[in-house]
Amino acid sequence: MGDLLWILLSAMVVNNFTLAYFLGLCPFMGVSGRIATALRLGLADIFVLVIASICAWFLNTFILPYAPFLRLISFIVVIASLVQIVEMVIKKVSPTLFRQLGIYLPLITTNCAILGLAIFQTNRGYGLLEGIFFALGGGAGLTLALVLMASIRESSEMADVPSLARGMALVLIIAGSLSLAFMGFAGLLSAS
Amino acid sequence: MSDTTPQQDFFRGIWRENPVLIQMLGLCPALAVTNSVANAIVMGIATFFVLTGSSLLVSMVKKLVPGEVRISTYILIIATFVTVADMTLEALVPDIHKALGAFVALIVVNCIILARQEAFASKNTVGRSLLDAFGTGVGFIVAMLMMGTVREVLGNGTILDGTALRMKVIPGNFEPWVIFVLPPGGFLTLGFWLLIISWFQKRRTERARIREWPEGVAARKEAA
Repeated sequence: MGDLLWILLSAMVVNNFTLAYFLGLCPFMGVSGRIATALRLGLADIFVLVIASICAWFLNTFILPYAPFLRLISFIVVIASLVQIVEMVIKKVSPTLFRQLGIYLPLITTNCAILGLAIFQTNRGYGLLEGIFFALGGGAGLTLALVLMASIRESSEMADVPSLARGMALVLIIAGSLSLAFMGFAGLLSAS
Repeated sequence: MSDTTPQQDFFRGIWRENPVLIQMLGLCPALAVTNSVANAIVMGIATFFVLTGSSLLVSMVKKLVPGEVRISTYILIIATFVTVADMTLEALVPDIHKALGAFVALIVVNCIILARQEAFASKNTVGRSLLDAFGTGVGFIVAMLMMGTVREVLGNGTILDGTALRMKVIPGNFEPWVIFVLPPGGFLTLGFWLLIISWFQKRRTERARIREWPEGVAARKEAA
């Protein structure tokens, strides 16, 4: 149990997907303007990550031992169709949730965090349960980074930033400072 | 069909529409693996190969692929080339392949490649798609080198560390700014490059305005 908790915590803060591995940068830069949307996208991300992790485990255990060179192709196909299926199921089961997540679900297909999770999970040889905790932690980390970024951007909107730095340059430098702050969590890793 | 000349197809990707620095695509590899020049070059070449290969294949089969499944087809073609690149790197440069880790496989979701297929290769002839892919690929390598050089020189004091061509750039008792080879350095380096680029762009538009309206600008400067 300690190990699982450790995987969760490490994926969430110490090796944060966005700020340490640079995964899922597109939504991090693009959709981090408002806290509410950032939170919703983060939740959709967690959801898809967990399902993708289960699928990747299934593929790794039952299918890919027979054809290892198909790993990448099968992952991307499964993830793309998975998002489609999840979208249809949510639409049928809970139209309210679908309306809230609507636009963000299809966008997640091209989010490198999903494929990144599947590949990291394979490289580290995680089992089913470890994979799920890894996905939960990674998703929570993504959400944390997105919401933090959105709140900083919301409050920096009124700030007097030099015109040169407006836009992407400012976002990147804020992200750099955030990433610097998250490096402080690395102490957790050596402490254990 | 495109209304540009073949020269424009090639050169615009290198600077004017640089995929990383201007269009802000493919940030994931540009930030993640540029902590040394060697990694940046290998990653740049791998992406160049995948981009060229997929553009070639996509522009060849563009008439055979139904519109509804085109994106999935492109992704499959890209994934095939990435698998080839992944295995080749593993055989040729095992050390760097290990350092790049999962990021070689993540070339599949590099938006630069899919964007070129959707925006250009699926609508143009084989030759022009290849030119476009060459230009964009070179532009990507240029951006990777710009990031990698700054980060390795400041963070390690060397260029091409770990290869036979290792050079010590900053002599003496320089204390390396380790932060630049760590993740925050990636964000900060790209941020500063963007600042420099937007400064140049601003200066260029300013000069163009002076050329067009010399009196107006002079008058405004006096008033201020």
